[in-house]
Amino acid sequence: MRRPTPAQTAGPYYSLGLDWWQAHPITHEPPAGAAICVRGQVLDGDGAPVPDALVEIWQANGAGDYPTRSAAAGEGFGRVSVDAEGRYTFLTHKPGPTTPQAAPHIHFTLLARGLMNPLVTRLYFADEAARNHRDPALARVPLARRATLIAALTPTGYCFDIHLQGPLETVFFDV
Amino acid sequence: MKRVARPATRGWAPNQLPAYPSSTKRAPQAAAIALPPQLLPSQGPRWGPEQLRAGAGDLTTQVPGGTAQGQRILVHGRVSDAAGRPEAHALIELWQANAAGRYLHAADQHAAPLDPYFIGAGQVLTDAQGCYEFLSIEPGAYPWGNHPNGWRPKHIHFSLFGAGFAARLVTQLYFPGDPLLPLDPIFMGIPQAAARARLVAKFDLTRTQPAWALAYRFDVVLRGCAATPLDAH
Ligand SMILES: [Fe+2]
Repeated sequence: MRRPTPAQTAGPYYSLGLDWWQAHPITHEPPAGAAICVRGQVLDGDGAPVPDALVEIWQANGAGDYPTRSAAAGEGFGRVSVDAEGRYTFLTHKPGPTTPQAAPHIHFTLLARGLMNPLVTRLYFADEAARNHRDPALARVPLARRATLIAALTPTGYCFDIHLQGPLETVFFDV
Repeated sequence: MKRVARPATRGWAPNQLPAYPSSTKRAPQAAAIALPPQLLPSQGPRWGPEQLRAGAGDLTTQVPGGTAQGQRILVHGRVSDAAGRPEAHALIELWQANAAGRYLHAADQHAAPLDPYFIGAGQVLTDAQGCYEFLSIEPGAYPWGNHPNGWRPKHIHFSLFGAGFAARLVTQLYFPGDPLLPLDPIFMGIPQAAARARLVAKFDLTRTQPAWALAYRFDVVLRGCAATPLDAH
């Protein structure tokens, strides 16, 4: 087996190379699922907004299927830079469960200056409590920290803040 | 909370790097939770050639009316998975400083000239064998405020999407023999010399373009499985 090439930070100038592709809403072939808005804020260990992070999402369609190889380019994928307050917004569709056991979820990848490696996490939905309870990935997360992965349903959509550090530190995954 | 400075992936840099203060308030403190491949999507985002801008693989001629200043270089290599299978049709995104060590970015205030004929961003797709190439100029080293008289070694930023979700990689290509490499906290943040060496491109005389461009080879190994998956999570 070959050893994987190590990661290095995206640094402060990533937008030069990565902002050419900014996509949302995420388009999907039917079944698209319900249109949703996902928003949140990226915060550092002091609780201060991180104004220079890139947020990428990857998700299944409403039937729980990831885009096929022949799907339109970029389908199921979203990428935005946060604003000066560390806030991001995605307009997308609610994914369906990808297996009978899995709860609907959206994969998040974060890049920023100061992050030596991309950070990978998942958004789960607060209004899917029964499915969340038996999701095999959530089951690997200590009970006390699972709440960091559950997006609250608010009048303006789902809210998913990402705390890089601190008492509310978001759970990140090693993939 | 368990305080473990465990790398996201074995042999990679720890998230918390004291010599890189930008990581101090941003590095997660808890150990990342391992997910087995069967709990990960077996496919990741895909792009086709129609998404790429014309000329996105030639960073030297992206501004009409002139060509970029600097030492012209062809960078090429092969992208594979850990089993050596090609990562075919994988998107590679690139960004770099110009020959003087300055980025075309509002946040870059280095007192070095911008090059009116150099943007410093590109995109290429690997072919069916996982091979890619692009034409650029050798970037300059640049100072950064990380530590007194700190300079980043010459580098090109790489972002890659492989076949699987786990393949996603953002890294930097470095140049062989750069005296700044052993002084760089980001490069040296990778604990093992053998792992660091995988980030250093090799001078490649065989692909040097006579009377035109030098050449470097930079092979990349992505995590996960490049073979066509049967199921997805
Ligand atoms: Fe850089």
